[in-house]
Amino acid sequence: MILFQAEDISVRFGGIRAVDSVSFDVRQGEVFSIIGPNGAGKTTIFNLISRIYSSTSGKLIFEGKEFTRTPSWHVAGLGIARTFQNIELFPNATLLQNLLIGRHCHSNVGFLSQLAFLPSVRNAELKHREKAEDVIAFLGLERHRNALIANLPYGVRKVVELGRALCIEPKLLLLDEPSSGLNVEETESMGFWIEDIKKDLGITVIMVEHDMALVNQVSDRVMALNYGKVIAMGTPQEVQTHPEVVKAYLGGEVESAA
Amino acid sequence: MRYLFRTQYRQDIALWRHNGDRFWYAVLAVLVLIAPSVLGEFYIGELGAVYIFAIAGVGLMLLVGYTGLISLGHAAFLGIGAYVNAVLLAQGVPFLITLPVAGLFTALCGAAIGRPTLRMSGLYLAIATLAFGSIVGTVFQKWTAVTGGFDGFAVPTPYIFGIAVEGATGIYYVSLVVLAFVLWVSANLLRSPIGRAMVAIRDSEVSAQSMGIHLARYKTLVFAVSAGMTGLAGALFAHYVRFLAPDAFDVLLSVQFVTIVFVGGLGSLRGAILGAMFVRLLPQFIAIVRDDLPFGIGRLPGLEPSLFGLVLVFVILFQPGGLNGMWLKAKQWFQAFPFKRQTSFRRQKSYAKSERLR
Repeated sequence: MILFQAEDISVRFGGIRAVDSVSFDVRQGEVFSIIGPNGAGKTTIFNLISRIYSSTSGKLIFEGKEFTRTPSWHVAGLGIARTFQNIELFPNATLLQNLLIGRHCHSNVGFLSQLAFLPSVRNAELKHREKAEDVIAFLGLERHRNALIANLPYGVRKVVELGRALCIEPKLLLLDEPSSGLNVEETESMGFWIEDIKKDLGITVIMVEHDMALVNQVSDRVMALNYGKVIAMGTPQEVQTHPEVVKAYLGGEVESAA
Repeated sequence: MRYLFRTQYRQDIALWRHNGDRFWYAVLAVLVLIAPSVLGEFYIGELGAVYIFAIAGVGLMLLVGYTGLISLGHAAFLGIGAYVNAVLLAQGVPFLITLPVAGLFTALCGAAIGRPTLRMSGLYLAIATLAFGSIVGTVFQKWTAVTGGFDGFAVPTPYIFGIAVEGATGIYYVSLVVLAFVLWVSANLLRSPIGRAMVAIRDSEVSAQSMGIHLARYKTLVFAVSAGMTGLAGALFAHYVRFLAPDAFDVLLSVQFVTIVFVGGLGSLRGAILGAMFVRLLPQFIAIVRDDLPFGIGRLPGLEPSLFGLVLVFVILFQPGGLNGMWLKAKQWFQAFPFKRQTSFRRQKSYAKSERLR
């Protein structure tokens, strides 16, 4: 079953076509990786999906419904969560508060009841807390629970950001370079978590990643981009040996293209 | 040293963390309740003014300290609250109605102003709110039919259930009740989804948006709440000064409110109260020592504003946690006694508004 589709999406910044008629579809329950050299438009695609940018043309479809013009604050409510390449946590809040902010799209208590902190708000808060605690247990963050993000090491913050996205209870998770800035061991555990997220939580993942070992470990399918265009799509092996991909990364001449 | 062993999630959202909190706040409550029977008229008047400024300070703290939005126009909201309250009282409306109406009306003004201006941020927002403040100030001066202009407006004595709220003590108790209410509401907001959304907006707008937070809606909401609280303070301020003059609500007053927030310590309700104490008591202190200062410093015009400015600069440079930060350090020192070490208080990166991703 197809969960997410991008149909022919393009975006231009001035004269630059950052994303140029890209189409792909992501199936329910798979890990779909996007690779490509720097500036290929990978993160731009994420920003298009989370509606921080508006596409100049094309369609975005999630669960059969188009959301190309949905406001960005509505995207989380649809069930699409994301992380950021350069960690966008809330540094002056505790880890727990960060996770609870991830629960925001599930809160439906009114303004006045929050002012008075009525029992309905209290019960909702306790439920959110329970969910956040599940995520803390899932990612093994117990000992940092009440630490300020600003005081946590980079590797942990990366995991917290993943946790915050999981608190949204998404159907589709966008991971923007989950391994960037992590050491070998941390990258390895990130790989296991992504596999767990897929198998145990049943969440579909779209991942932008440079670490090919991680891509090979977790991906079901890979799409390669260069200059905003799709140059290859298929299993990790197919894409890595694809002549266009080799050319994009190594810059060599490719016989078949000549 | 107390180590809190949490066994239930509800402990995290409780207003009082432990029995020590309950005890000390109860002691504080008793002290402020019996203060009028112990202290003289002058001190009670000043303390009442501290409460009034603390109410406005809490309102501005929600906006500046928790949501990361600046406002240099809050004196205007104080003025709106004051005039609405006074004008309605003069029409014969009872005080128990004029007070909440003053707050609600000011909140509506805040929402109306917030909606367009909150698309801006940082310096631009500061300028926009500054402009709003001076527009409202001009309205107070020129709309003589309602405000009396420079002739001023004598504020009628309020009655609560037929009892006149007169003198310093009456205002003191009413302000105390309103301050307690405002603190309770703020604490509730801060432990609710709205409070977390505010912190999220302060720390990273882009990711707040990706978490499903409607930026414009929440900014407007907080601006309205902040303005409303300041309006309540204004209604009480009218009774404190008893005679409204339009030039009381100028930009200097707005700067004083900002000083409350910064000197008190960004991101803490306690800071708003400590800051209000500082801002109200510094002028009194200057008045006392003025004559004893050497080289005729005491006779210099503008001594007070320059001291405010100086303190603001020093606090931002050397004590970004403000008075609340000092309080926390002192507390930690006593708790850890005699094991305080230099590194215990080493400054961590503290909250500063960055302009990234805008």
